Formats: sequence, C-alpha cells, structure tokens
Amino acid sequence: MKKDTEIRKDDIALELKNLRVKFVLERETVEAVNGIDITLKRGHTLGLAGETGAGKTTTALSLLRLVPHPGKVECDSLKVDGKDVLKMTSKELEKFRGSDLAMIFQDPMTSLNPVFTVGQQIADTIMLHNPTTKEDAMKQAEKMLELVGIPAVRAVEYPHQFSGGMKQRVVIAIALACNPGVLIADEPTTALDVTIQAQVLALMKKLRDERGMSMIMITHDLGIIADVCDEVAIMYAGRIVEYGTLKDVFNHTKHPYTEGLFNSLPNIRNRSERLKPIPGLMPDPSNLPKGCAFAPRCRYATEACRTARPADRMVSDTHMVACTAYDDPDFRIDRPEKD
Amino acid sequence: MAENILEVRNLKKYFKTARGMLHAVDDVSFSIEKGHTLGVVGESGCGKTTTGRCILRLVEPTSGEIRFEGKDIMKLNRTELKEIRKDMQIIFQDPFSSLDPRYTINQTLSETLRINKIVTGKKAIEDRVLELMETVGLAERLINTYPHELDGGRRQRIGIARALAMEPKFIVCDEPVSALDVSIQAQILNLLEDLQEKLGLSYIFITHDLAVVNHFSDEIAVMYLGQIVEKAPTEELFDNPVHPYTRALLSAIPIPEVIEERPQILLKGEISSPIEPKDECRFAKRCMFACDKCREKNPALSEISPGHFVACARVGEV
Repeated sequence: MKKDTEIRKDDIALELKNLRVKFVLERETVEAVNGIDITLKRGHTLGLAGETGAGKTTTALSLLRLVPHPGKVECDSLKVDGKDVLKMTSKELEKFRGSDLAMIFQDPMTSLNPVFTVGQQIADTIMLHNPTTKEDAMKQAEKMLELVGIPAVRAVEYPHQFSGGMKQRVVIAIALACNPGVLIADEPTTALDVTIQAQVLALMKKLRDERGMSMIMITHDLGIIADVCDEVAIMYAGRIVEYGTLKDVFNHTKHPYTEGLFNSLPNIRNRSERLKPIPGLMPDPSNLPKGCAFAPRCRYATEACRTARPADRMVSDTHMVACTAYDDPDFRIDRPEKD
Repeated sequence: MAENILEVRNLKKYFKTARGMLHAVDDVSFSIEKGHTLGVVGESGCGKTTTGRCILRLVEPTSGEIRFEGKDIMKLNRTELKEIRKDMQIIFQDPFSSLDPRYTINQTLSETLRINKIVTGKKAIEDRVLELMETVGLAERLINTYPHELDGGRRQRIGIARALAMEPKFIVCDEPVSALDVSIQAQILNLLEDLQEKLGLSYIFITHDLAVVNHFSDEIAVMYLGQIVEKAPTEELFDNPVHPYTRALLSAIPIPEVIEERPQILLKGEISSPIEPKDECRFAKRCMFACDKCREKNPALSEISPGHFVACARVGEV
C-alpha cells in the first residue's frame, strides 16, 4: 500500500495560510495564533512542537473549525484534500470532521463517553458518516478494535474497564474508523507511561503507513518528533519560528529558541553535562512584545530584534527560520551542525 | 565507606481493598549516602510515590524499618516525628495543588517558619523569607503574590523554598518537574543541583523520566509492581542494564536525534494488578524471556557485580 502513496507524494493533503486566532475578553485580547502557514504533503507527518501556550492546540482546533467562543479565527485559506473548509456550512463541516480530518485528543480519560460501551462509540462514528445498519457498524467497530490490538470481545465493555493505554487505543480506533485522509494527534501519548507510549506510537506509525494517511503530530517532546515526523514546525508565542524537514531542524538548527529547547533537555549520552535552560518565561499572549516574541529570552538578541517582527526567511528550499539575526550573513548559533 | 543518611529495610505498604490486599510497596530496601541522590524510576502504579511518602510517614508503612541518621523513625511518637521532619522534607509533583490558594508567598513561607519555630521575631522571619526567595530565584517583588498569579515554574520554586525553610538534610523530590515545560524543567533541575552542592542535601528523586534521572542521580532503583527489580550506580545501569524490564524501559525513551533505525523492545500488554500478587516474577507476563522458572517463585535481588543488584531468575542466561 505504501507504494501507492509514494507516487502521489507531492500531492498536498492540507494547506493553511496565514491563520490568526484571537480571544477577545472583557479586559484583554489574547493573541493565541499570529499568522501560521502549514503545508502538509500526502502521506507525510508534520510535527508541531513547542511549549505550553505556544498555540499548538489552538492551531489544531482551527483546522477543524472547533475553536470555542470567544475565539475569533481569521485565515486566508484552508484546504483539506482540495476542499475549501472555510466555505463549508455547519452540515458540511459535520460530515467533514471525522471522515476527511480526524483528531485524537490529549487525554484519553476524558475524551470517551463513560456511559456507552466502546463498541457503541466506534459504531456511532461509523454510522454518522456512512449509511449502514447498526449490526454492520458494530461489526466494523469490532474490526477496528482488533486493528488497534484490542480483542473484539471487549467491544461490549465500558471505558472504565480499560487502562489508560487501552483507552487511547480506543480513541485511535474512533479517529480511524472512517478512514480519514488527515489525522491530527494532539499529544496522544502525554498521559501514558513510556513503555505504553512506545506501543501506541508504533501502532500509529504502522496504521499511518498502511493507510497512506497524512498526520499532524502535536507534542512538546522532541524525542517523539524525531521518532515519527518527516517535517517539523517549532512554535513560539503563536508563530512558527522554524520549519523544515526533520534533518533541517534537528541537524542544522537555525533558530535560537530551537537551540534553547535542545539545550534544556538532559542528554542521555552525556549525563554530567550541565543543562542550559532558556532564561525567563514565555511572554503573556495578551501583551506580546513589539518585535520578536522570543527576544527578551534570547542571548543573541539585538536592538533590531526588539523593534520589528522578524520576517520568514528561507535558508534552503525546505528550511524556514524567522530570525532577524540572520540579516548578518556571518551569524551562527552555537549548536554544532550534523549531517 | 561514606555515611548513610537513610536506610530503608524491608519496607511494605499494603492497602485494604474490596478485592483483597493491594501490595503497593512490597519489601523494598535501599540506602542513601550523605550528599547523594537516589533516583527511583518506574511507571504509574509501581509504588514509587508511596515509597517516598512512607519514608516521611506521610502514609503509615505496614511494616519495615526506616533509619534516618541511625534513628528508627518507625518507633518515633508524634512529637519526635514532628521534630525529625524538619530534617526530612518533600517537594510534591503538582505545584498547582500543593500550595494554599489563599496564601501569598510571604504567608506560605512565614507560616512554615513560625509554626516550626525555625526563626522567631517578626523581623527575623521577614529576613529569612526574603533570603529563601533569593535562594530559589524568586524576585522580591513577588512576595505578596498568590499562587494563581504565578506560572508553574515559579510555583514549584515556592514548593522548594517551603521545603528549604526547615533547613532539611534530606528531601524527597516526587516528580518535581514533570508538570513543567522543558525550558522551565531545566531551570528547576539546575536549581536543585546547586542547592545540593551548596547545602549538602541528600535527595530521593522519584520520576518516570529516565533522561532526567540519568542526569540527576548517583544511583538508580527501577521499580515494578511494588518491588525493586534492578538497582545500580547510574552509569552502570545505563551502560549495562540487565533486567528485561529495565532494558525495555531504556529502549522506550524517545531520543531527540535523527536516527535511521533504532532497535526498540516493545513490551506486550500492560502492568498487571498489584492486588494479591502470586508468588512468581511480577514481570513474567510481559517478559519475552519468561520461562517456567520465572513462574515458580518471585526472584530476589542478587548482586551481579559490585553495587549492581538484579531480581531476575534468568540472570546470565539471556
């Protein structure tokens, strides 16, 4: 099946242009997302990485048009599988969510309904999108459970009878039930233990490759990004500060914030090395600095960084960095490059 | 041989449940050298937090011996226990729920100082609060802020300051950084490291994050279903893991590097029930090397090289 998708690899599965999301509150306006472009190739996985408050989840919700009140979403264009999502009516959106674009939420404990059996919950999703009988949907649901490694006999059980890892498998089964072209996974393994996390990630990679699905993986864990993604976007304060292939971002890191993230991680190979944290805190999204949002924490920042927002700069065909310091052609960050 | 600040022998904590006894901590022994850090790792439900709380008798152990600087704290009465807890402190996992939301930083810290009579007199308390805030890197202007006004990293700093207020010799750090973002996590880890050096503290560092524990500990104990399955100096454990569970755990850590192919050991199934466990290796059900020998009896820890202990019936065979 993989071959099939490789031929059409240049097809675009999802395209988002200039997304801005604001939450207008009584006393302040929270600028959660400030101009984001995403292009996801068919069969590829894009990682959205960044810390709490970077706007990762808000971006994901915008793709599904699920941003809650009082969020104001503005966007130049949003196309999934060639369909213009911005023009969809609420009826069309209902059909679109789940069958074209599905999402796995972070917390498997709260994203299942406690009063229905897991089989029913999968079958409901199938019936919502396909004209089929209840019996048939139930049979398909059992097949989906087996696909994610849960015996079909457990379809009649309730969520509380499953462990955390199993619940997340059920959530994956629901998301995949209607064979979506694009899957958004929002921190799908954050609530799980490492050995269970390894199981769930291996499962997701297998299903993705078998079905030729495209995926957006949202996580704060750069290890998970390295494990599953083809491309990476590093987000900070509602913007993408660095974007490129996995090798671009990991081996030829350009943005000082990305460098800071790598330096904060304990190095498993060199335990005595002292951690180099990024000083200070993420800026308040209701009061963003005028220039580069990262400038107050950046050790390379100059006056120019504090006055104007850095433009997106392509440093190679695939690698974008939003950093003013590169106006100086000799500028380098300290992180060594690898091949 | 350096002096041990803490010695724990055969610690057990069972909880009564409707379906029988839950063996949360089942015969755990270890010791910590003065000024050193023992890392305790394991997945949810392995008993690592309960172990930490038992040491301070925040939960009453079912049986066992806990010696702090030679004194058996299991035999202490309430007053004596209160006195010894000045030397033994704890930093909790969740900086959002471990602080009183109605107390400012000043109130939280000065109450601790006043009640325990660490310093007396209004001026002395005020000075000490400011000193503590400086030690943990909180700006003086934050003295009258409430926890909800602060981010997770700063809240965790209050938790650390509160523990330090007692001038302890030993601190149980129960997942102190798992609720924090990586850039903040690194700040807190560096702070804990500096404090250890400056004040000669000893730590138990409880975590599920092997990269963190690798960075932070002198020695590591890996727990599975209430028991220690492997214990070794940090470098030895990472270079030469022996227990199949430790190996799986190490191979499951996502590494933030571009690696073409990485051999991964994927465990089957999940942690089994800690209620009335049978006398067999508790990991056998998920272990790819399990044989009849493993199901006969629960293997005890044995020393395979100096300081390296493993509880596996098939040591040397696989």
